[in-house]
Amino acid sequence: MKILVCISSVPDTTSKINFTDNNSKFDADGIQFVINPYDEFGLTKAIILKEQLQAIVTVITVGDSSVEPVMRKALAIGADNAIRVNLKAEDSYSTAKEISNYIKENPFDLIIAGKESSDYNGGVVPGIIADIVGIPFANACNGLSTDGSSAELSREIDGGIETLKINLPLIIGGQKGLVEESELRIPNMRGIMTARSKPLEVIEPNETTTTLTESILFEKPAQKKGCKMISSDNVSELVNDLHNVAKVI
Amino acid sequence: MSILVYAESWEGKFRKNTLEAISYAKQTSNIFQTDVKAVTCGKIDDIELDRLGEFGAKKVISYPNIIKSDGKAVASILQQEVEDAQIIIFSNTFNAKIIASRISSKLKAGLVTNVISYITNSSDICIKKQSFSSKAIETVRLKSNIGVLAISPNSFEIKNDSVDVEIEVKDQEIDSEIIILGKDINKGKISLSEAEVVVSAGRGLKAPENWGMIEELADTLGAATACSKPVSDMGWRPHSEHVGQTGKAIAPNLYIAIGISGAIQHLAGINSSKVMVAINTDPEAPFFKAADYGIIGDAFEVVPKLIEEFKNLKDN
Repeated sequence: MKILVCISSVPDTTSKINFTDNNSKFDADGIQFVINPYDEFGLTKAIILKEQLQAIVTVITVGDSSVEPVMRKALAIGADNAIRVNLKAEDSYSTAKEISNYIKENPFDLIIAGKESSDYNGGVVPGIIADIVGIPFANACNGLSTDGSSAELSREIDGGIETLKINLPLIIGGQKGLVEESELRIPNMRGIMTARSKPLEVIEPNETTTTLTESILFEKPAQKKGCKMISSDNVSELVNDLHNVAKVI
Repeated sequence: MSILVYAESWEGKFRKNTLEAISYAKQTSNIFQTDVKAVTCGKIDDIELDRLGEFGAKKVISYPNIIKSDGKAVASILQQEVEDAQIIIFSNTFNAKIIASRISSKLKAGLVTNVISYITNSSDICIKKQSFSSKAIETVRLKSNIGVLAISPNSFEIKNDSVDVEIEVKDQEIDSEIIILGKDINKGKISLSEAEVVVSAGRGLKAPENWGMIEELADTLGAATACSKPVSDMGWRPHSEHVGQTGKAIAPNLYIAIGISGAIQHLAGINSSKVMVAINTDPEAPFFKAADYGIIGDAFEVVPKLIEEFKNLKDN
């Protein structure tokens, strides 16, 4: 069984976000990058399937060389090889198109992406891949078991959980529940050492790939006016304010 | 030309987020000086189809035999209904994102999710969206002729704008590549993403058995319940309730955080809430810097008082 895990390199979740070039670009200065948290659940799931079913796990990232430390981390966690498409990811369509090109040349049984990346929060790359490659897609997947030919999975729908059976090949948008937080793996020294010699192949993007959207400006949300502190002996004041001043109840 | 909107149904009805999408489509159609066409899949009551006219849908096309969970099937239906539509609108649900991404790919149409602004002109379209888990607002320009937008729930008004609606039911079927084994619907509970009021609790509650008062407070307010990451990681509450950077991003009118310190990752998911209340024993809790109202106090004392006060307000 062959598994592909699509990985985004994103700012660490504790990062303060800043912008540069007249607020048109994300300012990566001083930012620690990590594997997108949703992708990390998917990667761990892939490693568990590798151990159960002798699967081969490949990770793929669309990005310039700055994403390689995150890819090495994925290899240290247990992926067998890595593919970097040498294109700065600028929109969902071009990112998905590049990954699809690779999948068409190198078919996989199971493709795992995150339900979204925690930076641009698009949440649509796996759906576009599903359309281009011509395979089923299950979004917001929070549980999966497979025997290598079909998969039973659960996914979040807005207001419940749906369980599905789908034949492979399949692509999922994963999240917590695929594995638990406690099952996430921290690379050990042996993993880090072997990751250095595992293949990380750089492939060039297709020249005809186009973008359909363009980021032009970033703003910070408006600052709050400040917090009105209310005594715990005076809870009725809060209720009154919410009803009469803020008018939210 | 027209504005196409996917009217997602839920258990045979339309929910608030779908009506928001219809209203958004109507507003957009005014900019383009055209009409709104809505498409819906799955079994739905006739009276519900009529209702879409109240919010500005001129034409409603219903496909009762199409399984709405099958994003591929729904996307192919939308493709056949697209005609000369310039903008295709969805509510930003998990299901809609499957369909929106597929239709965007088929039509080579730029797709923007988590949309929080209206379209203001009919050419050179720029849209604002939530980005960096609500730590930023990003303006995106569409480079394609057709645009696909998934609008953030609870961010746009539902406006009565009644038009004479024409309804057409089509019995087309499409073989599905997915088999639905089961569905577990949160009966009687409002979904977290569209709730106007959310009551959320964290480690300050000390143990999962203490959630009774949180649920009672939520019931009193007609609110959805949510929780912080540590609480969901420890298995005290289901993952689907986890709000924050690695959970859900929500934008209710009122967010009440009880026993949650307010780490940057938590605030990222909830700072689009219109009004935030923090209740915490620790006066240094970072939440007090982000909230609109704060109470320094023990949840076990404050929450029962709050329930009583809200009940009094309701009774009067």
